[in-house]
Amino acid sequence: MLHAIAILLACQLAGQVTVTALGLALPGPVLGMALLAGLMLAFPALHEVVRGLAEGLLAHLSLLFVPAGVGVVAHLHLLGENGIALLAALVVSTLAGLTVSVLVFAGVLRLVEPRS
Amino acid sequence: MTPVVDIWVYLTDEPLLWLTATVLAYAVGDRAFRASGRKTYVNPVLIAMLLLGAVLLATGTTYEVYFDGAQFVHFLLGPATVALAVPLYTNRSHILRTALPMLAALVAGGLTAMLTGLGVGWALGLRGEVLLSLAPKSATSPIAIGVAEAIGGIPSLTAALVILTGILGAVIVTPLYDALGVRDYRARGFATGASASGIGTARAFQVDPVAGAFAGIAMGLNALFTALATPLVVGWLF
Repeated sequence: MLHAIAILLACQLAGQVTVTALGLALPGPVLGMALLAGLMLAFPALHEVVRGLAEGLLAHLSLLFVPAGVGVVAHLHLLGENGIALLAALVVSTLAGLTVSVLVFAGVLRLVEPRS
Repeated sequence: MTPVVDIWVYLTDEPLLWLTATVLAYAVGDRAFRASGRKTYVNPVLIAMLLLGAVLLATGTTYEVYFDGAQFVHFLLGPATVALAVPLYTNRSHILRTALPMLAALVAGGLTAMLTGLGVGWALGLRGEVLLSLAPKSATSPIAIGVAEAIGGIPSLTAALVILTGILGAVIVTPLYDALGVRDYRARGFATGASASGIGTARAFQVDPVAGAFAGIAMGLNALFTALATPLVVGWLF
């Protein structure tokens, strides 16, 4: 547990420092995720060390979005007079994005994996 | 005995109250989700944020005071994002075999979301910084906020749109994909993470571990795609 916490935080920190130092257009934790994936490929024993904590965190991933979500409720009035237009654009584009990406994925998958 | 008002003053000075309230509100949401037979529209994040929003309003608490406590939960988003490496590693053979579908879905879905968002917003009369705030909303918040700043949008508005997109995506994705007849959890998970970022990924993990792994990688790839493509698309359109 202690080692798992240290590894996750160290990867996040390394990601954050790299992003800041190089001025990259990526969130530090995303780079930290790539780093941890690379480390596990190089040292497979790491997987067992971090697995329990990682699965515990991901099982309650939804909880971690609550503080930011409350911010939206608290600032809803800022949508103001543009609220309806913004919500309409949001609904249409989210539906369109979800539909196109799943159909393209499934379509290309059928080409490269004909038996499935 | 200490008067109730004094206890309240003491509690509102401490982060513990709103930290506890956040976890409790989510527990209520999660309980409701399970009690409903895991119905997709009974989203625990949505329930928790509405409950807490109502409590803040009723007690006259500002978001800043609330966030002093809730930031401890918020902070864990960073380590949880790093933790996505574990399902990525577990499913690595799956993922390597589907590099081509992932790339195609990422570009097609990303451009579709961006162009339809800008198109509908423009048609309904949105212009300038409000319209531009829509462009990066499918990416995970830190990227979306940075891109909004770079292209002349309003970062706080984009942050709200990211959350609303995530909630909407998490609520409609299961009925939508059932209606479309797509059963492959790799495709469903990937498209959800690419379109509805973190909250979509959380939803994918509720449904299936493979869907969750693909949603996680999609969220990471879409962060990269949004950062690179949004300035180009916006520069070309406006």
